[in-house]
Amino acid sequence: MEELISINNLSFGYDETLLHKNINMKFSRGKVSAIMGGSGCGKTTILKLIAGQLSPKSGQVLVDGQVVHEQGRDGIHNIRRKMGMLFQHGALFTDLSVFDNVAFPMREHTNLPENMIKDLVLLKLNAVGLRGAQKKLPSELSGGMARRVALARAIALDPDIIMYDEPFAGLDPISMAVICDLIRSLNDALGATSIIVTHDVAETFSFADYIYFLADGEVAAEGSPKQLLASKLPFVRQFIHSEKDGPVPFHVDAPEYGLDLQL
Amino acid sequence: MNNMLNFIAGVGSSFRSKMTRLGAGTRLFFLILIYSVDSFKRIGLTIREIYFTGVLSLVIIIVSAFFVGMVLGLQGYYTLEKYGSSEAIGVLVALALVRELGPVVTALLFAGRAGTAITAEIGLMKATEQLSAMEVMAVSPVARIIAPRFWAGMISMPILATIFSMVGILGGYFIAVLVIGVDEGAFWSQMQANVDFSNDIVDGAIKSIVFGFACTIIALFEGFDAPPTAEGVSRATTRTVVISSLAVLGLDFILTSFMFV
Amino acid sequence: MERTKLDIWVGIFVILGLAALFGLATKVGNLTSNNIKDTYTIYAHFENIGGLKPRAAIKAAGVVVGRVNSIIFDTEAYHAVVSIDVDNRYIFPKDTFANIYTAGLLGEQYIGLEAGVI
Repeated sequence: MEELISINNLSFGYDETLLHKNINMKFSRGKVSAIMGGSGCGKTTILKLIAGQLSPKSGQVLVDGQVVHEQGRDGIHNIRRKMGMLFQHGALFTDLSVFDNVAFPMREHTNLPENMIKDLVLLKLNAVGLRGAQKKLPSELSGGMARRVALARAIALDPDIIMYDEPFAGLDPISMAVICDLIRSLNDALGATSIIVTHDVAETFSFADYIYFLADGEVAAEGSPKQLLASKLPFVRQFIHSEKDGPVPFHVDAPEYGLDLQL
Repeated sequence: MNNMLNFIAGVGSSFRSKMTRLGAGTRLFFLILIYSVDSFKRIGLTIREIYFTGVLSLVIIIVSAFFVGMVLGLQGYYTLEKYGSSEAIGVLVALALVRELGPVVTALLFAGRAGTAITAEIGLMKATEQLSAMEVMAVSPVARIIAPRFWAGMISMPILATIFSMVGILGGYFIAVLVIGVDEGAFWSQMQANVDFSNDIVDGAIKSIVFGFACTIIALFEGFDAPPTAEGVSRATTRTVVISSLAVLGLDFILTSFMFV
Repeated sequence: MERTKLDIWVGIFVILGLAALFGLATKVGNLTSNNIKDTYTIYAHFENIGGLKPRAAIKAAGVVVGRVNSIIFDTEAYHAVVSIDVDNRYIFPKDTFANIYTAGLLGEQYIGLEAGVI
């Protein structure tokens, strides 16, 4: 099957208002895909739907041919074992050291002896360049470093699917370049399928294979970076060229200015 | 008329939301039971939590107990002396502590110290998405974080209450016998004659187990349910103390009327 | 947190708890002093039992020799019948008197036995 993950006719909302209306997305094996859009348009929610933390109101999310929200406890367990997720601020376990954080998935899900775990942890930390920080606690790390450790933890069991929730948010340019490079190289080295939720245009367009734009609960545009750069759709143009006003208006809905000033 | 309706609707919705929370709390309790097997297989997790809830509460419990015992000794002596019964001070201190003050004061202190720590810790883990991360890694946060803390609280509370009672009695002994000068023999023998192991001490222990359950489950639930913001967590810790205290005092009344009347 | 240090402290904690419980049981409670094992039952009739309760003490010359077992009302003779378990070691003459006394500050009542001469 070409797609490892597919979202079919999905509708979702936390209450009566729908966040996603009948959307369709496909994520091909071995590719790096990005989901972009304005704040609050439901990008992170898609990741949670794929991981089975939320159930859709209608439609399906399929991972490797299985419908996620129809799985029982064991089924979900197996699907999640194939996934690694990088949360926005790392979400490292604050009472464990860097080493123990990366070792966590291995110790929980495998029966490997400690010396093998040590080798694997050092391998993963080396891949993200933080082998020297293994004894530190998360509180002692900078934001960029914490995120790299979280990335090492996400790939600890060599997952088939790696999901990134706003991996570039709040990073300095150097850390951003590092993460960019890591996302691409890890994806290719592991033969994994990566999904990035972000609103960072420059970085994402430099290495993503396919991009989805979400707006108003629908897929407003999709395509490869080259296709989207050439797109004439007003929403896409406003987003890519960072325009202040366009389909996403500058002014929030408000009564006439004159009325507000009580002229 | 409208105000009256609004008020009634308010009472109704407040009741409904409290019932919803009670339901969610019960559901959490059953989840804990289901996942508890892990907390005993991975006993290290539970032991770690016993350290944080129990051992670290020892100082406040022992100091408080000693002061409470001393105050009981002091107050009791001056009242009993008027009736010429100052030798019953041992009985007074022992019964007050073992039946009531031991379990209740320990529970209130426990809720304040260990309860808030649990709520804040879990609330913070929720706010920083650590619980979510664990879930996506196919590890149940209930099994690994919540259940060990539950059993740690259930084990720690009775131990702390027993220590409280004993230290309190020693505090009363210190004031009554060593400072005021009540006869030492009378102090202990009157106590032994009037404190019944199975009625008083065991009932006190049962109370402390029930209080331990209430305080721990409330602290866990408030943390687990807290909105994932700084404000949400701080409100949740306040709620833990308030609700735990009310629950303890309410349960104390109910249990006392069953046991000692 | 070192594993062994944790374990040691938790161990100390549990031991302290057990010590406190032991202290309460022996020095505070009456666990060690209530060892009346083999008993025989006698019945005492009273016009009014006052505040006497089951498990109240039976004393002779101030020494606890037994416990009240149960208290019932006799519907034929219209008085109270108290069944008493007396320790096998103490045998009382047939015309022993039983009176109800009030003890101590808390006003709990007990039965005092005065041995007769038969």
